[in-house]
Amino acid sequence: MNKMLDSIPSLPVADTVETIMDWLTSHLSALFSFIQDGGKNAMDFITEMLVAIPPVVFILVIAIIAFFATKRKFGLAIFSIIGLLFIYNQGLWEELMNTITLVIFSSIIAIIIGIPLGILMSKSIVAENIIKPILDFMQTMPGFVYLIPAVAFFGIGVVPGVFASVIFALPPTVRFTNLGIRQVPRELVEAADSYGSTGWQKLLKVELPLAKSTIMAGINQTVLLSLSMVVIASMIGAPGLGREVLSALQRAQVGNGFVAGLSLVIFAIIVDRLTQSFNKKK
Amino acid sequence: MTKIKVENVTKIFGKHINSALKLVEQKKSKTEILKQTGATIGVYDASFSVNEGEIFVIMGLSGSGKSTLVRLLNHLIEPTSGSIYIDGENISKMNKQQLRTIRREKMSMVFQNFGLFPQRTVLANTEYGLEVRGIPKEERTKKAEAALENAGLLPYKDQFPSQLSGGMQQRVGLARALANNPDILLMDEAFSALDPLIRKDMQDELLDLQQKVRKTIIFITHDLNEALRIGDRIALMKDGKIIQIGTGEEILTNPANDYVKTFLEDVDRSKVLTVENAMIRPISVNVEIDGPKVALKRMREEEVSVLLAVDKNREFKGYITADDALEAAKRGEKNVVGILKTDMESVAPDMLIQDVLGIISESSIPLAVVKENKLVGVLIKGVVIQSLASDTEEVAANE
Ligand SMILES: Nc1ncnc2c1ncn2[C@@H]1O[C@H](COP(=O)(O)OP(=O)(O)OP(=O)(O)O)[C@@H](O)[C@H]1O
Ligand SMILES: [Mg+2]
Repeated sequence: MNKMLDSIPSLPVADTVETIMDWLTSHLSALFSFIQDGGKNAMDFITEMLVAIPPVVFILVIAIIAFFATKRKFGLAIFSIIGLLFIYNQGLWEELMNTITLVIFSSIIAIIIGIPLGILMSKSIVAENIIKPILDFMQTMPGFVYLIPAVAFFGIGVVPGVFASVIFALPPTVRFTNLGIRQVPRELVEAADSYGSTGWQKLLKVELPLAKSTIMAGINQTVLLSLSMVVIASMIGAPGLGREVLSALQRAQVGNGFVAGLSLVIFAIIVDRLTQSFNKKK
Repeated sequence: MTKIKVENVTKIFGKHINSALKLVEQKKSKTEILKQTGATIGVYDASFSVNEGEIFVIMGLSGSGKSTLVRLLNHLIEPTSGSIYIDGENISKMNKQQLRTIRREKMSMVFQNFGLFPQRTVLANTEYGLEVRGIPKEERTKKAEAALENAGLLPYKDQFPSQLSGGMQQRVGLARALANNPDILLMDEAFSALDPLIRKDMQDELLDLQQKVRKTIIFITHDLNEALRIGDRIALMKDGKIIQIGTGEEILTNPANDYVKTFLEDVDRSKVLTVENAMIRPISVNVEIDGPKVALKRMREEEVSVLLAVDKNREFKGYITADDALEAAKRGEKNVVGILKTDMESVAPDMLIQDVLGIISESSIPLAVVKENKLVGVLIKGVVIQSLASDTEEVAANE
């Protein structure tokens, strides 16, 4: 039996993929290195800007935003102040800024790609049937699998980190945009149509406003997923809190690992609460 | 002049349309066709025309295809076969652009659940049709405000739909449609979600409006009373087919077949009229809060001598009279519990007037109309007799 199975020559899947990747990297190398350089410069610039803000100012601004975003409650504002002071105190401020840049870039790119994809999905059954299995596939893959093409295209550094995070964090925005638009009550869609709206008018004046809170829930998840990628992205050289966790892990420094991990958790809680409360507003 | 002409229009939902059509020709029933082919007959071979300025009512039981038919008229649903002409133009042959123009300028729709956009204010909702036409902000606000003014809703223009009662929301729905100044109004069970008293007000308002502006109105309902009350002509549908078209009187006197006959159930006016149609708004006191002075004041304001008593949940408790309230006030009592009388008869809103005539002619006080213990209206002898009389007048006028 085994002999028979063995007599089938091994299918050259790995080779094929490699060939494709080789082709892509060699033919599009100019593009990839342009993205790599441009992206890195842009992100370094943002990080430098963030670092240039005096930490006290930064913390106060976050606290004020938290205060107003949570309907003038003190809880999140106080938590932000204490949490951020702790991170500063532990000498992880610059790492935090790097992480923020990474999260902002990956989330924004994921949203810019995700919302139009979600709209496309909601408008066309064909698109839905194609995109849905791809999203399922993307979500079942462990995040670090995306490091492989990321490294192949962009080498190491922060840009491939963003690339992998975007892929990993994309699905919720797409799904929730699709869901939100499909959930718009039929009568309202009919009302929009019966008054002679064009497709765009219907989308912008009726569907997107009504889907807004669902889409925001998706964006919240996307932001948190991209945050959860920072440790993994640091495996290919993305700077930030994730790298601290990783290096503590590699050197078995429990204390340092704990501090960096805790800082990440604090940041995650602030981000989560803030994005959620933007959604609840009104 | 013919405004809308519908010629042999059929709409079948689902696949296997041809085999479904064959089965219809073999006079198979709708459920049988669904079972055999999976296709649903929405509308089958409908033909009729509606004149300018007419209120054309389409009625039938649930699932008979009323909503489908009205959505075929503005092409929200595309017909499987047949043609629809608006002012002589075949809308099935129009491209998207032409169709949009027709929808924007010629016909507006009013929806059963109001179809208001929850994130837009009343004013922004009313402006919607004008907005998508690209009318400048100032002009459309002016027009929308005029439409709201007519509906008596201008003070609410900055509220959101969820802040208004059902009746007010539907007035916004109507104002939104009228702001466009369309020739044709399509109203799909526009009043069905409203409670009976408000519904009657809205019917009156629609009739008033029609006196003034003369639109062509397609009005859908499954309520015979409503159909008779507002329709110039009525089309009766069953399982997607139109089985009779005529004035209310024609249909009542000459039902096309047994189905229509059972549907109308030899409509003697007093039989069709239900308590709901004849009841008026109850004037009440709250036994848990109000005292005799409040009660007396209310009687004076409303010019009545009897108030119906309810509790906080509007559950019916009895009634109090002016004489008793006066006595209680003199005695300095703080509430009306002591003078509450409970010998008032109550009836249900869906009872036929004919069946309660006996009770009401014997009773010297009004009857409470109670649904699930809650007070929903009151039946007063004079009003009942008047409504019976006015109905016979209408019949006479139709002849
Ligand atoms: N989009 C659709 N897809 C499939 N079948 C449909 C669709 N819309 C309506 N139908 C079917 O067409 C038939 C007519 O429906 P329609 O909504 O026109 O009835 P109706 O007279 O308006 O009923 P109701 O009084 O309940 O509103 C029903 O059997 C319904 O199931
Ligand atoms: Mg319907």
